Amino acid sequence: MQLPPALRARLAAGPGTAEPLPVARDPTANAAPFRFAARPVRFPREHEFFEDGDVQRHLYLQDVLLQVADVPEKPRVPAFTCQVAGCCQVFDALDDYEHHYHTLHRNVCSFCKRAFPSGHLLDAHILEWHDSLFQILSERQDMYQCLVEGCTEKFKTSRDRKDHMVRTHLYPVDFRFDKPKKSRSPASPGAGTKASAEVQGNSGERSEGDAMEICTEPVVASPAPVGERRTCSHRDIDHRKKSQDTEKNSAGPREPLLPRRGVP
Amino acid sequence: MWSRRQGRLRPVVCGVEELRRRRREREAVLRKARREQQLVSKRLLRDDAPEEAGEGCVSAILGETEVQQLLRQAQRGTEEKRERALVSLRRGLQHPETQQTFIQLEGSMRTLVGLLTSNQAQLQLEAARCLHELSHSEQSTVAEACLPATSYLLTYLSSHSSDFIELCLYTLGNLIVESEAVRRQLLPQGIVPALAACIQSPHVAVLEALGFALSQLLQAKEAPEKIIPSILASTLPQHMLQLLQPGPKLNPGVAVEFAWCLHYIICSQVSNSLLIVHGALSTLGLLLLDMAEAVQRTEDTGLELLACPVLRCVSNLLTEAEMETVGGQMQLRDERVVAALFILLQFFFQKQPSLLPEGLWLLNNLTANSPSFCTSLLSLDLIEPLLQLLPVSNVVSVMVLTVLCNVAEKGPAYCQRLWPGPLLPALLQTLLFSDTEVVGQSLELLHLLFLYQPEAVQVFLQQSGLQALEKHHEEAQLQDRVYALQQTALQG
Repeated sequence: MQLPPALRARLAAGPGTAEPLPVARDPTANAAPFRFAARPVRFPREHEFFEDGDVQRHLYLQDVLLQVADVPEKPRVPAFTCQVAGCCQVFDALDDYEHHYHTLHRNVCSFCKRAFPSGHLLDAHILEWHDSLFQILSERQDMYQCLVEGCTEKFKTSRDRKDHMVRTHLYPVDFRFDKPKKSRSPASPGAGTKASAEVQGNSGERSEGDAMEICTEPVVASPAPVGERRTCSHRDIDHRKKSQDTEKNSAGPREPLLPRRGVP
Repeated sequence: MWSRRQGRLRPVVCGVEELRRRRREREAVLRKARREQQLVSKRLLRDDAPEEAGEGCVSAILGETEVQQLLRQAQRGTEEKRERALVSLRRGLQHPETQQTFIQLEGSMRTLVGLLTSNQAQLQLEAARCLHELSHSEQSTVAEACLPATSYLLTYLSSHSSDFIELCLYTLGNLIVESEAVRRQLLPQGIVPALAACIQSPHVAVLEALGFALSQLLQAKEAPEKIIPSILASTLPQHMLQLLQPGPKLNPGVAVEFAWCLHYIICSQVSNSLLIVHGALSTLGLLLLDMAEAVQRTEDTGLELLACPVLRCVSNLLTEAEMETVGGQMQLRDERVVAALFILLQFFFQKQPSLLPEGLWLLNNLTANSPSFCTSLLSLDLIEPLLQLLPVSNVVSVMVLTVLCNVAEKGPAYCQRLWPGPLLPALLQTLLFSDTEVVGQSLELLHLLFLYQPEAVQVFLQQSGLQALEKHHEEAQLQDRVYALQQTALQG
């Protein structure tokens, strides 16, 4: 298929719209028996017109990544130790360290040293476990926020919230990241089975020996890379600041406090 | 994306002929599945290090006792020992037999979930890999056994370890296509908001995995009613379009996934005006230009994987009624789009002829109601290249002729540029085809040509046009038009 040489030049040049030639239709143009009518065509999802392209797409999905060979070795570096106080793990690959850091050190509660998968969960944990004002306010209004991202429901008690998560969001009854504050024992009743689900803290890294916990409060996705960049030490500072502020602002009911993201 | 793929493909150990045969077989299976509307594919991320393969032992199928033992070992002892137990389990789980054994063992999934949520990073990762193997199974019982883990997989989408998130996403993507039952759990568990939060990740691997998972969700049968509305209501559309903007940051692998996502949304006809308002047409138009430039630069980039869904999106969007009312920059008017399309058509002609109809579909939708684009076709000398496509197939011929009718029906000013020229000889050829639709469309075009450019009639007669017409005078679908044209020719 030969294209006119000027075509590439046209593509490279600036945008433009052709001045249309004058349109002048004769009414007999689509008189019977002729029936042509210029019209845009739309194809719905399952139309057979899409068969070829769809098949190509799925061949791609199935071809690629299915067989792996000669995966490039992880780049190794001279062994180094994790710099977080109290952690003595040694690494020789940056990927491993990244995962270790994000899993264990990134969202850590400065009070009880529990680690959380995300900033939201840490925020909620701090609120519910370590904030006395939260306790006071929760006597008067619904403060326990649903843990599911995007759900804005709030509840009077942590138990009510759990019920909501189980009923509405189909979360497991023993969701590992929703342990009520008082209970120190594993919440899951299934410990009797042979293959026990609870991981006891053999590593000795965590004083409570509990798995990571999730706090309340995954709010609707904020535009927020701010949250993402916090480190645990920043979290410490944040929390202390917040306590001071809450003392100042304790007059009157307010919206549940969010951990400070910056000084007003 | 492309180089990453090549790094992970198996080196060719069997002959090229064998590879072709396997591919043809697989294609046949996919075609059948598509016709039954059962086209689903899972993805498997398997990162076995070379030395494991070098040991010479293919991983063995594990029996019940062995699985139990490995699960026990994974729960106690040093982190290293526990990790090794999980690695052995994971390798065993590559076999469907082991998968069955695993899911039938009481408490096994519970244990695995416990390890997934443990406070030890490497154990988490290995447990997630085990889960991933299970999710890839073709047997629904195995995949559905993973359901207890989904709330955690979703929770981890807002964590920070990109490798882990990627794994969770591919696992979710596999589970999503398993059954409507799985999706009925994932939706209330908040998969859409979780994806909307995760799409802000800067990691390319995460984005590609997310696109894949989302495309799986969008292919569900119930998607138009139950899934697409909440996706359109989220911030996902804006982010998707951002990831499709051409420029130095465009990653082809990521773009392919989100282009397919957009296609599934758009062809479901739920609320395309929303996408237009977000600038979908101009983004996709610019992407078309970008692809046409890319095609000229590099040889074999797999660009057709991206071109296909983009063409479909633009073609379908152009049919929206809003097009008439929406403001200037939301519409597509730039004639460079026509130039880009032809460059892509040429690329398809050489590399992937099965995509020619899709490209021509776009050309039809561009030209049908647009005197401006029809004028561009003429002024950029694209009629002759278009005619060169006529012999490809009947489907392509019909579409080429339809586009030419789009031009011709706009009146004498347009037909004057169509004749004299290569059009009439081409039409005399297509009249000799046996396919009724091709001939029918040729008759329509002839009619318009005769109407607006009567001088063509004489030449038609001189070139044995009447005999060509006569061939079809018995064909029910063509008779009336054949007769009418014969009359016109004889009177003219």
